[in-house]
Amino acid sequence: MKKLRLTVQLLFTILTNGYTYGFLNGKIYQGRLKYACVPGLNCYSCPGAVASCPIGALQALLNRQGFRIPFAALGFFFLFGSLLGRFVCGWLCPFGLVQDLLHKIPLFRKRKRLPFHSVLKYGKYVVLILLVCIGSLFLFGGFAKVPAFCKFLCPSGTLFGAIPLLAANEMLRSQAGRLFLWKLGILIFILVLSIKVYRPFCQYLCPLGAIYGWFNRFSLVQLHWEEERCISCGACENACPVSLTVGEISRSPECIRCGRCVGACPQKCLHLTGTERSRRTRQKKST
Amino acid sequence: MRFWKSSRQYTWLAGLLIGILCLGMGAIGDQFSVIWKKAVMICMECIGIG
Repeated sequence: MKKLRLTVQLLFTILTNGYTYGFLNGKIYQGRLKYACVPGLNCYSCPGAVASCPIGALQALLNRQGFRIPFAALGFFFLFGSLLGRFVCGWLCPFGLVQDLLHKIPLFRKRKRLPFHSVLKYGKYVVLILLVCIGSLFLFGGFAKVPAFCKFLCPSGTLFGAIPLLAANEMLRSQAGRLFLWKLGILIFILVLSIKVYRPFCQYLCPLGAIYGWFNRFSLVQLHWEEERCISCGACENACPVSLTVGEISRSPECIRCGRCVGACPQKCLHLTGTERSRRTRQKKST
Repeated sequence: MRFWKSSRQYTWLAGLLIGILCLGMGAIGDQFSVIWKKAVMICMECIGIG
């Protein structure tokens, strides 16, 4: 499962950032595919990006259309969320992949969570409401309407957008100032923290994770736990990178469906599956 | 109760339909062109310049 996930993560990142001409010339893709959004946090100013970032799209609609309902962005959230939930975070997000790889570096004593996790985990909801929604409508810069999350926080934009563009484009490089340094500082802080703590951005700050977490309860892709076969050995809880208990795993908004618990279970009573499979298993048990 | 339990397993389908409906509403409201216009220009805020 680990190798499969890494392969899917790598392939999806390459597929959604495959515009190599952009990387070579410091330009971005301007084709029709950018009418659509990718499921994960993938900056549309990344030179290789072939589609739009869903959080960027939401902010663009709030910036331009004010209090009108941003149906297009909501459509993508419902589409990806209903089918996959936070499976997107675990398997399809490029910035999640970066954090996963950094956490493999054998430096520091590894931690699954930060201290005060029970409070800090709500940070992503604060970011979603304050920066993505309110910030994009009117908070920062008076009523100038800026994509506040992209401007002040998003490390994905700095890593996949700013660094390659500034490296290849002399004119943009000459314009980089304090704001860029602020964003670079945030990026470095998150990347270094990722070596010690498992996916700190996803656990505490990502507004997309906050949105998809809500869908985890009923998305098509589910982690099904066969309670009656469970011997309570705790192997799944030890394997879980975000420290969830076996009771929480299947429906918690924090579960990124990485599948480590599935591989760790000696009884094979955890399954990463669609709801149809869960239904059939339940039926079998009842007969 | 049984109906409620079994129908809950298909909530994702309702979510999917809402998603498709929202995408349709977005298309009618010309919201995709707003997204496209933003996405094909280098976003200065995203790269820490604007």
